Amino acid sequence: MKNDVWIRDVFFVACGGIGLALVGFVILASDKMEPPHSLDVDGQEIADVREVASHVDRCFQEACLAANLETADRVDDLTVARRAALALAGTLPSVEEIRVLQELPSADRVHWYVSRLLDDQRTSDYLAERFGRVFVGVDEGPFLLFRRRRFVAWLSEQLRKNRPYDEIVEELLVDGGIWTDSPAVNFYTHNIIPGSDESKPDAVRMAGRTSRAFLGMRIDCLQCHDDFLGNINLGSASELTGGQQLDFHRLASFFGEVENSIVGIRDDLESPVYEYRLLDAEEPSAIAPSVPFNPHLDPGQGPLRERLAMWVTHPENAPFARATVNRIWAIMFGRGLMEPVDDIPLAGPFPPALEILTKDFVNSGYDLHRLIRIVSSTEAFQRESAADFDVSTEHEEQFAVFPLIRLRPEQVAGCVIQATSLMTIDSTAHILARLTQFGQQNEFVSRYGDLGEDEFLAQGETVTQRLLMLNGKMIDERISGGLNSPRHVGFLSPSPETAVETIYLAALTRLPTDEESQYFSSQLKEMSNEEFNSKIQDVYWTLFNSVEFVWNH
Amino acid sequence: MVQTIRSGGCGSLEHVSRRSLMKLAGFSGFGWLTPLATGLARQHERGAVEQARSLIVLWLEGAPSQLETFDPHPGTEIAAGSLARKTNVPNVLVGDGFEQTAEQMDSISLVRAITSKEGDHARAIYNIKTGFRPDPTLVHPSIGSVICHQLPNDAGSLVDIPRHISILPGTTSGRGGYLGSQYDAFRVGDPKEPVPDLMSKVDEQRQRRRLRDLGVVDQQFLRRRGAKLGSSNHQLQTALGMMSSEQLGAFDVRKAEKSLLDDYGNTPFGRGCLAAVRLIETGVRCVEVTLDGWDTHVNNHELQAGRIGVLDPALASIIKDLKRRDLLDSTLVVCGGEFGRTPWVNPLGGRDHWPSGFSMALAGGGIQGGRVIGETSPNPKRDVLDRHSELRDSHPVEDVHATILGALGVNCSRELDTPIGRPMKICEGKKIGRLFS
Repeated sequence: MKNDVWIRDVFFVACGGIGLALVGFVILASDKMEPPHSLDVDGQEIADVREVASHVDRCFQEACLAANLETADRVDDLTVARRAALALAGTLPSVEEIRVLQELPSADRVHWYVSRLLDDQRTSDYLAERFGRVFVGVDEGPFLLFRRRRFVAWLSEQLRKNRPYDEIVEELLVDGGIWTDSPAVNFYTHNIIPGSDESKPDAVRMAGRTSRAFLGMRIDCLQCHDDFLGNINLGSASELTGGQQLDFHRLASFFGEVENSIVGIRDDLESPVYEYRLLDAEEPSAIAPSVPFNPHLDPGQGPLRERLAMWVTHPENAPFARATVNRIWAIMFGRGLMEPVDDIPLAGPFPPALEILTKDFVNSGYDLHRLIRIVSSTEAFQRESAADFDVSTEHEEQFAVFPLIRLRPEQVAGCVIQATSLMTIDSTAHILARLTQFGQQNEFVSRYGDLGEDEFLAQGETVTQRLLMLNGKMIDERISGGLNSPRHVGFLSPSPETAVETIYLAALTRLPTDEESQYFSSQLKEMSNEEFNSKIQDVYWTLFNSVEFVWNH
Repeated sequence: MVQTIRSGGCGSLEHVSRRSLMKLAGFSGFGWLTPLATGLARQHERGAVEQARSLIVLWLEGAPSQLETFDPHPGTEIAAGSLARKTNVPNVLVGDGFEQTAEQMDSISLVRAITSKEGDHARAIYNIKTGFRPDPTLVHPSIGSVICHQLPNDAGSLVDIPRHISILPGTTSGRGGYLGSQYDAFRVGDPKEPVPDLMSKVDEQRQRRRLRDLGVVDQQFLRRRGAKLGSSNHQLQTALGMMSSEQLGAFDVRKAEKSLLDDYGNTPFGRGCLAAVRLIETGVRCVEVTLDGWDTHVNNHELQAGRIGVLDPALASIIKDLKRRDLLDSTLVVCGGEFGRTPWVNPLGGRDHWPSGFSMALAGGGIQGGRVIGETSPNPKRDVLDRHSELRDSHPVEDVHATILGALGVNCSRELDTPIGRPMKICEGKKIGRLFS
């Protein structure tokens, strides 16, 4: 027994030593962190970004003025950093990052931190997962023919390189080959329906997915009948026509040549024209390909998929850019400029901010990083989520306050894991830390309940989720584990106040209020070493279970 | 849209406030009232019953073969040697393995020619659990979620555990879909294990301190955001109420009499079925218990027989147990999978997917026993394009939904708001009236 105690003491001393070195590195020597590479974007680019953001700001200012709406104050920089980290990397800023941010001049902080995130593989991986859901959903798809992870990894690589978005979509639409060697074709193989004709991806599903994912238009109900509710208008923005069943199947016809062969996805130029039995028809009939709107942008010749890709990504085909801008905005804010995020009418009316951003996105050559920089520079992104006036739906619609949105399951898991590590868990983190993160995150998300493709559907909390936060394994392991930050904070904080401050920064990305600091510090002051360490864990537990922790605010 | 989400749904705070009142009674020396009050509430609930109030779904994932279960055709080519068994209802046969269920057939009815348009597991499961085919723009709620949404708390019921529960859920437990995730099924495993995450990791005193601290932190944040982040967004009180609820005992079948457990088969599924009955008795609205392993593309007869061996005692015991507890009239039991299996045996001795005429068993909740609805052909042709021509009195999956919902008194034609702005009927099928009259 005595022997055990001795070993335990040595272990704690060793942990303490390691912890001291880490904390020394992290908290004291904050200037060791390398500046982000993309911080070097030229001065003109930064000025451009700020200029476009200020145009967007003016739109909202005018709208609020016209509607007589007050706007919330600017929020502190750390909260902006929290929002950016949640949106782009699905996690929180680390204490390591916060310490660096605190030393920078306030005017540079948001730009510095967003640049750091855009350089980071966490961001490309996370955005690839979010976009992956739009392109191929969340299910495992047809056995052997679909490799979701391969697809998402490929997408992450494209986003990391900041490849122009129109090129990414073009590759998705025209690529051929085997799904393992040419990951983009998983966009097609995902739509092979087991048990039906497995030699072809389902053209109807391809058409619906293409319209929703790339054009932000839900025309799926036209699959079975004409639009009789007046919800879907096609044709062109200046000359609208009611959506017809034929419009949908003409779009589906563009996928009539695609086949799944021994060499993977390819075009069979000899294949018969797409056939479908329309609602009132006796027999199926051949339906020629034709785009559902802006027909003048269709090149009209060439292989069908290439024709479609050229039309979708044509710079004058505004719905393409508009859908992307609206989705990026929704990822940053938790709700789109237009809702539902993938149901944007062809002829509007559009919020002026959407049009400014859309125009800039096209002119910039579909530069997603620039778009993210602009959105994060807007006043709307940097407003408080609370106000001294009564916040109405209208305030939220005009982004007069930052919308309060519940965190997604993987964000909650990412936040717990990051908050219990003072160091940043990114691609440079130790492999063990990343593997642990991967395992714990998956287990947690599976129990917490994945949202699937309902990207922006407002969901209430479930009792399972709350029980998991109160009593679940991951939180318990993260706060009581010997190598995580609660142990370091307990051992090494020079004062109770510093301990409380560090935990608040790690978990809530803010300093405690005087009241909170006083409340917890006064308890810690009276405690023995053992009680002190337990209380540190309790403070972590408390903050993880707080309302504030599970909301983006 | 938020209109579809009610504060009185599963796991709402209402459960807790009633429960708190009961607790208060306990603390203030009126503890002896608790069992009386519960009994009175239960009596009140039963007294008002004119239709089913609860649903138990025995979910056979992977798709059972109708020919070896509820629609045998002994002596025909498609039986491929499978035998049938007489039941206690004249002229109604079931698969040979249903020794115990056959004795309960006067309480069970069979729907034998159900059709679906989905032949892929994932799509068919979605179809049969929601009553709708997969729609890329919308996730439909599962039937348990719809029932909990449409039938909030019973007057006088004292339920402080979730009212929609999935036992041994796999990956396809009922989801709230467009109604919101608060209507998702609460998932639990084999009842011989404790329900996860219900025990605090620290002692009571420390837990109390933690919760007091939490109040201080939340107060700070909610001061300016309380209007938006009302209590309906959070389940803290519900979760705490559940953690200390005596009703959790319904999950724990370990202390049940051994003979009762043996009657159910004492398998994970059997224990799940016993827990389902106990949960229904406690006031839970909808319980689903999953038995998987029915996807017999190879060696069909042997594998189906193995699964039937697990299902038979559990199904028969559920009927008997519900009767014994006087709950069968108020509890609808439904047993089936996502589709059936081909009448023809493949070269590997398996049967493949067959959505064109499969079976389900229904009992209780006002269903008359011993009825058989629909008929499949004893010698179907291999090259027939229109499979409906080989069925008599067939019903699409939607009709099964309408039947279940109708039995529980849910108005199927009611339209609900959805997040895409399109009003959606609760169900598109027609109730199979002959099961009831």
